[in-house]
Amino acid sequence: MLTKRIIPCLDIKNGRTVKGVNFVDLRDAGDPVELAKQYADYGADELVFLDITATLEARATTLEMVLHVAEQVNIPFTVGGGISSVEHVDALLKNGADKVSINSSAVKRPELVNELADKFGSQCVVVAIDAKEIDGAWKVHLAGGTIPTEIDLFEWAKEVEERGAGEILFTSMNHDGTKGGFANKALARLSEELNIPIIASGGAGNVQHFIDTFTIGKSDAALAASVFHFGEIPIPDLKKELKKHNIEVRL
Amino acid sequence: MKLVIIDYGAGNIKSIQFAFNRLGYEAILSKNPEEIKTADKVIFPGVGEASSAMKMLKESGLDTLIPTLKQPVLGICLGMQLMCLHTEEGDTKGLGIFQTKVKRFSQNVKVPQMGWNVIKELKSDLFKGIKENEYMYLVHSYYAEHCDETIAATDYEINYASALQHENFYGTQFHPEKSGNEGAKILQNFLTL
Repeated sequence: MLTKRIIPCLDIKNGRTVKGVNFVDLRDAGDPVELAKQYADYGADELVFLDITATLEARATTLEMVLHVAEQVNIPFTVGGGISSVEHVDALLKNGADKVSINSSAVKRPELVNELADKFGSQCVVVAIDAKEIDGAWKVHLAGGTIPTEIDLFEWAKEVEERGAGEILFTSMNHDGTKGGFANKALARLSEELNIPIIASGGAGNVQHFIDTFTIGKSDAALAASVFHFGEIPIPDLKKELKKHNIEVRL
Repeated sequence: MKLVIIDYGAGNIKSIQFAFNRLGYEAILSKNPEEIKTADKVIFPGVGEASSAMKMLKESGLDTLIPTLKQPVLGICLGMQLMCLHTEEGDTKGLGIFQTKVKRFSQNVKVPQMGWNVIKELKSDLFKGIKENEYMYLVHSYYAEHCDETIAATDYEINYASALQHENFYGTQFHPEKSGNEGAKILQNFLTL
């Protein structure tokens, strides 16, 4: 059976990991390559690198980082942050990224999703959506969740699926950073209404949250940052627990 | 050993090249027929859409060259699918090396299948040292139908061929270059065929 995926997310600034990480056996916690290798050894199924600088100067540094990760890491990885052109995606994929994730740029110019899917295939196009539930309605937010829009989460998700997205990475801003669990109701609705994989993001705090998002939330994958980086939830332990709850995982 | 990855403009071939580097081998990227013919081992990659990939193969004459190769050839993902008789993707005629057809998963499952699934019913030296039900990384919307040439099977909606072999030609639907240490073993096995 296809397994549920566990995906650590690493924030990158000028080619270095920024959010503090607390791996005892790591020589340089700021080195994305070393961190990525460590996660691969721990049984992470994929990795996401989010470039939070995304300025023009930083872009070259990120490209170089992608190349180094691809050289040394033998599991798939996605690169996101500030991607808005076919050329940029071409460069990232040529350097060895398996997928790219686009967010605000897709909202500003939805045709970008079609262009990327046509040129590189849907399998490498992840559309990330940040949304917030306001008075019972889920509204898409831009620029790292700072700019609200009137766009409905579910309508937007369906639109990008039709345009050729291969996967949706949905971050609930109501849950992100709370460690109170994922937005399972919205996630389950996405999974029911769409026919592409859904990655849950925002709210991971304990093992039960992962169990819930894979069962109640019907998510195909779960992404988290701090609970993994600070060793609060070791991935091997998490996967063993999921297995105990009859959730298919790669052990 | 001369190891050539066919470079016809399709897909993420860097990952495959790096995977061989990690095993201590240098792989050359080439679409030069002479270079490919004289290789000890050939990798036929492919990510993207079938009809445009086939068009690129035809433009460089590789569609007629590949079926005549005598050394071990490994098609990966779309590479494997293009080695079949036909694929529903873009209604594309394949190279006809593997006697099977490629179909699209139905709407009963999420498409693409994306992630780690198991390979079983393993039948080839390509899988020496790989245990039944080992996890491999797959990303695909189309699958090769089970046939006599199936050397590994996977379940997703139905039981399909996740690896094929015909004489010196091998194909894997999964990405050994992205399937951790077990995937690396398969690449190593290919080099010793």
